[in-house]
Amino acid sequence: MSKPVARTIKVDTLARVEGEGALYVKLKGNEVHDVKLKIYEPPRFFEAFLRGRHFSEVPDLVARICGICPIAYQMSAVHAIERALGIEIDPSVRSLRRLFYCGEWIESHALHVYMLHAPDFLGYPDAIAMARDHQAVVQKGLRLKKAGNRIVALMGGREIHPVSAAVGGFYKAPAKSALNELVDDLKWALDASLETVRLVCGFDFPEFEQDYEFVSLSHPAEYPFNEGRIVSNRGLDIDASEYEENFREQHVEYSNALHSVVRGRDCYMVGPMARFNLNFDKLPEIARQAANDCGLKAPCRNPFRSIVVRAVELVFACDEALRIIRGYEPPALARAQATARASIGQAATEAPRGLLYHRYEIDQDELITSAKIVPPTSQNQKRIEEDLRSFVGQIATRSAEEITWKCEQAVRNYDPCISCATHFLRLHVERG
Amino acid sequence: MSSRVKRKPRIAVFKFASCDGCQLSLLDAEDELLAVAGAFDIAYFPEASSTMLRGPYEIGLVEGSITTYHDAQRIQEIRHQCKSLITIGACATAGGIQALRNWKDVDEFIRVVYATPRYIETLKLSTPIAEHVPVNFELRGCPINKHQLIELITATLAGRKPNLPTYSVCIECKRKSNVCIAVAQGVPCLGPVTQAGCGALCPSFNRGCYGCYGPMESPNTESLSSQFRILDQSNADITRAFRGFNAWAWQFRKASEESERA
Repeated sequence: MSKPVARTIKVDTLARVEGEGALYVKLKGNEVHDVKLKIYEPPRFFEAFLRGRHFSEVPDLVARICGICPIAYQMSAVHAIERALGIEIDPSVRSLRRLFYCGEWIESHALHVYMLHAPDFLGYPDAIAMARDHQAVVQKGLRLKKAGNRIVALMGGREIHPVSAAVGGFYKAPAKSALNELVDDLKWALDASLETVRLVCGFDFPEFEQDYEFVSLSHPAEYPFNEGRIVSNRGLDIDASEYEENFREQHVEYSNALHSVVRGRDCYMVGPMARFNLNFDKLPEIARQAANDCGLKAPCRNPFRSIVVRAVELVFACDEALRIIRGYEPPALARAQATARASIGQAATEAPRGLLYHRYEIDQDELITSAKIVPPTSQNQKRIEEDLRSFVGQIATRSAEEITWKCEQAVRNYDPCISCATHFLRLHVERG
Repeated sequence: MSSRVKRKPRIAVFKFASCDGCQLSLLDAEDELLAVAGAFDIAYFPEASSTMLRGPYEIGLVEGSITTYHDAQRIQEIRHQCKSLITIGACATAGGIQALRNWKDVDEFIRVVYATPRYIETLKLSTPIAEHVPVNFELRGCPINKHQLIELITATLAGRKPNLPTYSVCIECKRKSNVCIAVAQGVPCLGPVTQAGCGALCPSFNRGCYGCYGPMESPNTESLSSQFRILDQSNADITRAFRGFNAWAWQFRKASEESERA
């Protein structure tokens, strides 16, 4: 018998992901010897420079961690700071925040489903090349994305880094008549989302399942956005304030992002599949029906099917946006005032890519003394490597080119946002 | 007639330290994207495509600031590849929010911050692209305005000057008939020294401008700092106000250092 040939699969620049990452897989024969998802996006030190800033500046500052999901950062930040300062928000503000999040989910999911992930299944390098053969599909995706962006731009002035979110509420709440102008577009978007589910569930999915620990927020009455307990399918059920006691991060040499694990256990998955599996019964009828009609059942353990789950969440987000707009009355108080006190607050919300945890300490002078931010992609990073480790073994007999593409696709299952993941590097903050 | 098809101009998008938001603006131009893709050969845009063609490129769009030794080398190579090099956004144009490190001792900072500091490679300063290579145009904003981006690309291709304002946000407020938030409500606003382009968003949302488009042409920051003091802002408040997304732009940098010393 000849000695097994060593092969290395390297992708120096991962495409169709947000931010800069590389992939490294080492095979001996058909056995996987090493898998590394390298994040070389340079660190930007957010948690460090937040120290000394006024708490009211935090939502605008942390938005800049990610241009794809700035609202997620704004939402986790305002909730954590409001918890620190004991601020109660107007119920109508709470609904508006959900609507704001619907806009971001629609925009982000439509971007990923149509522009970043679908080309893998249909065999194109990008959506623009795909548009030459599937123009109507790409145009639908773009219009759907725009429907989400319209909510964000109307509520926050612009699609990226919107300016309205504030600790205590919004600098300005929209008029009911302004929101009503979105209705026709969102009705179209709801239908388009249902069509999206039907389209993507017909793709070919590799036979691949893993035994995941899924982690997401869970709320007694709602599909989770802004509040709820952090739960898992392995019995985790904690408040956001207990996050750091239950999760641990490891600094690895080859990556500018930390790996998260559940203490005493191992890596875990956050994001659409985790939310769907843990909150299926909270989805509105129309979204559950869409999932059932295409044979998508909770728990779904095939990460390649996450594209279908994202499409189901598109249905949810469009339906939820319409529901909120129908019931909307402008808040009596758009922005509750804060009284300064030395305090600490934690919150987690559901970014499009999954659980996003923030903690802030605030002093008597209303300045931040420490901050911790754990984005979804850093939590998924170790899980992505584990997926690759199992998956590569399954396809090891194929050509290097095909293995490479399939591995990239497996990474894109998580819609990783590498720009985000690099910004939470710190474990402990200087206190001085 | 020649059967040879004229080659479409090649456009490339490069990323340095940033949030991805400015290059996302190109994908956010939902109505124009397919038209842009029709007029150009999108040769290198990893966020959107697995196809990565080699240069040279007619237009290189650069997002992000220089924060590592490797990136300082990489921008030199990119400059050689691009006929026209355009920076998009506050990071590439002014160093971005990550330039707040420029007032700290980064070596000490890394030692305190990281579990294993030797894994981290970073420069002491976060600097704009123009500090490293000549730049043909700098598009402002955190994030950029996608309509300005389309105008700039179109103008570059046509070889004309882009129609982009260099006056202040105040002009945009007047055009929108906004009541001045600083005068009427006493809210500190960077509008008088900040370049237009956003459409006076913050004042339209009942808050002061936070300067995300950076300094206008010849801003009078000293006068604005005096006004801020009249509005009961401390020197620390003024320092923070100028130390935002364009903190390292020299006019804002000077203003923040003056209030810090005061």
